[in-house]
Amino acid sequence: MPENANIEQISFLGLAKQNLRKLSMFIMLGLILLVFAVLTNGVNLTPRNITNIFIQNSYILILAVGMVLVIIIGNIDLSVGSVVAFSGALSAMLYNTGIGLIPTLLLSLLIGAAIGVFQGFWIAFVGIPAFITTLAGMLFFRGLTYIITNVSPISLRDDGFKKIASGSLNIPGFTIGSMDGLSIVVMVIAVVLLVFFTLRQRRKQISNGFSVLPLRYTILKVASLSALIIFVFLRFAAYRGIPTVGLVLFIVTAIFVFLTNNTVIGRYIYAVGGNAKSAKLSGINSEQVVFITHIIMGVLCGLSGVVFTAYMNSALPQAGNQFELDAIASCYIGGAAASGGIGTIIGAITGGLVMGVINNGMSLMNIGADWQYVVKASILLLAVFYDIWSRRKSGLG
Amino acid sequence: MSNDEYILEVKNLTKDFPGVRALDSVDFKVRRGEIHCLVGENGAGKSTLMNVVSGVLPRSEYEGVVVFKGKETNYRSTRDSEQDGLSIIHQELTLSPYLSIYENIFLGHMKTRFGIIDWDTCLKDSYPLLKRVGLREPPQTIVSKMSVGKQQLVEIARAISRNAELLIFDEPTSSLNDEESENLLNLIREFKKEGITCIMISHKLDEVLAVADSITILRDGLSVASYDLTKAPVSQQQIIKGMVGRELKNLFPKKEPDIGDVVFEVKGWTVHHPDYHDMKIVDDASFFVRKGEIISFCGPMGAGRTELMMSIFGNSYGYGASGEIHLHNKRVTFKNPKDAIEQGVGYVSEDRKSLGLILIQDVKTNITNSSLPKLSKRGILNKNLMRNKAEEYKESLQIKTPSLEQLVRNLSGGNQQKVVLSRSLLADPDIFIVDEPTRGIDVGAKYEIYSILNDMVKQGKSVIVVSSELAEAISMSDRIYVMNEGKIKGVLDRSEATQERIMHMALVD
Repeated sequence: MPENANIEQISFLGLAKQNLRKLSMFIMLGLILLVFAVLTNGVNLTPRNITNIFIQNSYILILAVGMVLVIIIGNIDLSVGSVVAFSGALSAMLYNTGIGLIPTLLLSLLIGAAIGVFQGFWIAFVGIPAFITTLAGMLFFRGLTYIITNVSPISLRDDGFKKIASGSLNIPGFTIGSMDGLSIVVMVIAVVLLVFFTLRQRRKQISNGFSVLPLRYTILKVASLSALIIFVFLRFAAYRGIPTVGLVLFIVTAIFVFLTNNTVIGRYIYAVGGNAKSAKLSGINSEQVVFITHIIMGVLCGLSGVVFTAYMNSALPQAGNQFELDAIASCYIGGAAASGGIGTIIGAITGGLVMGVINNGMSLMNIGADWQYVVKASILLLAVFYDIWSRRKSGLG
Repeated sequence: MSNDEYILEVKNLTKDFPGVRALDSVDFKVRRGEIHCLVGENGAGKSTLMNVVSGVLPRSEYEGVVVFKGKETNYRSTRDSEQDGLSIIHQELTLSPYLSIYENIFLGHMKTRFGIIDWDTCLKDSYPLLKRVGLREPPQTIVSKMSVGKQQLVEIARAISRNAELLIFDEPTSSLNDEESENLLNLIREFKKEGITCIMISHKLDEVLAVADSITILRDGLSVASYDLTKAPVSQQQIIKGMVGRELKNLFPKKEPDIGDVVFEVKGWTVHHPDYHDMKIVDDASFFVRKGEIISFCGPMGAGRTELMMSIFGNSYGYGASGEIHLHNKRVTFKNPKDAIEQGVGYVSEDRKSLGLILIQDVKTNITNSSLPKLSKRGILNKNLMRNKAEEYKESLQIKTPSLEQLVRNLSGGNQQKVVLSRSLLADPDIFIVDEPTRGIDVGAKYEIYSILNDMVKQGKSVIVVSSELAEAISMSDRIYVMNEGKIKGVLDRSEATQERIMHMALVD
């Protein structure tokens, strides 16, 4: 370590206090998992159930990733549920022509992109508020779904499609003990990469003279993240291996975490959402940024449509009903601000998992949808209340 | 304590805003039935004084006494003062644009029968009011379809419909043409005959001298002089002297001009109001700036300076802009701000909170927002470079912030201004337009901002400053363009510029 290393002196409590707001949703997710572990005698933490939580919520989480970008830019998208149904139905029809899985997936993404172009055009260039445009889109694409499906389910020609949602990644015969071998290998690689990149980044920051946290906190952070990875992958390994949809989700999350943090367009989204007028005078083409954001949302709707069709093993005309509300709630639970400019991908994913874990836990306890709505609504209000309250207290809001 | 001669008496009034004393033990007396004009430079405290008198600022917000009609006032809002017979007609019209004339007149005090609005009576009662203010339009007309001058008459009709005894006009002619202005002044004279007292705030001294019975001059929050024109006449020179007569201290860094050829020239620039397309906000403005030169634009509020600059900067203001821009002797057009920045023009807005900064983002992000394409490769940001650049500007402009991750909303005004300047400087403009760069910041920070501008011209760039502080403009710039009513009224060289001459050029010629 060079001698001029600029290490911040801070106590553990001070650091925890500083980051309480950022960490609060992870803490909430952890608490909810624990509460249900007690209530269900640990059933919700079983390998099978952990895998199910990922599979059952994957299509909402994918939507939440797009939705949080739309919310950051200061808009909203009410059409996502209908677009999921529409692209899901089209993907089933495409697959049934026998073109194969990968072409079906790519075409579905393209259909989503085209829908994003259509809606983004009205929002960004014509100036119709997103709320109205996507309200129209919600009705429009629901109607189109009914028309192309004749209001009856489309079943798939074979089981190949289903694998996107319920399949697992594994190498036949490769097991370690009674566990899936591939999961264990990926887990080890993930932890090694995490340690390597964290240390490399820290070294880079020090050599650039930036101030960094003391090493023990970096170790603490890496240790807790590693523990999380090990926990999840051991559950996967003990059941059927890494679910395919988990990989899809990981790729989507990784792409958009990178996009929001490390690319020009990502920072433009935050700038336009933070203050559109100021962004424009800073030389940012706000209309174009809004347009692109809605295209991204469209592509992710296309992906979500494919995953949902795979999950149901058929395309339903009623698919995606109220998905927009779950996606929007995920973003707000995950700390996005309704006024725009604030929000993160990881936050939206965590928010979506909070809702998913509650749904799952209550289902395990045989509590019906009626009470699930009530509890989910309360969590939404409480989470946003905490966010606003803590923001005001720390002078951010 | 009542004195029947005066309808309004303000005694020993002091009003502080955070960091600024807007009014400092001001005394102000208005006789019953007179036309009293209130004059002073921008920021002298005229509007604040009127806000206190009319209850926009409630009793708890100021120290001192306001006596209206012999009674000390205790207004909580303008609603109270209007009920008391005191109405203010603001510079910015406050009509509801999509309602009709008569709906606007009776808004907030509709004629009702058993709690139900009696629109017929409202309509009937509006005719004599419109006749009194001389507005010949059917009362059902939607106000946004009328010119600003006519809208103002509606506002006045609204005030007299509440039996106002004292009318306050805040720069009533600033957005009117000559004929409309003349009509308005006549209307004010009519009101005087009817026994209504009027206070008029104005920048136009010829108008002031044409109608005033008394004149009070404010300067830097102090009431410096009061003249009774019924006893002795007053000259424009006397008034101007009173308005600007402060000493110039050593508030400005020294500048050694090294001026080259013309690099940026605007010819015949005209732009219209964004909503009222037939109203010219900037009218045939032409100017140029040379390499290494600082030029200033002076003139009263509403002269069209900001609008001129924003409309040049990639059509950021107004409707139907026309005219030519020449950059380095080449005719150019700026479709949008992005275009202008890419061609080497920077603009820093006067309204740093809503047009300059992104308050919820941190210092580093704000500084780099204009330059991300330069700080990235194939769309992927170079975060270390971003940090280094932000650090570099934090050091060179001495931005006082605990860290680059601090949200800009938590910085002081002067430091926020430095962040906006950094953002523009990082984009490396040849022509740098700064709009009111020192508004609302303290003297020390002002000096630093001036030094930054001086450094820029030393590097061979050109700076255009829009300034409402004459002392600042005179000390900082090589040439001063004087604007009023959308037109460039003239240009003065550094050597010939005095505050009196600028004021004279703007208001009299």
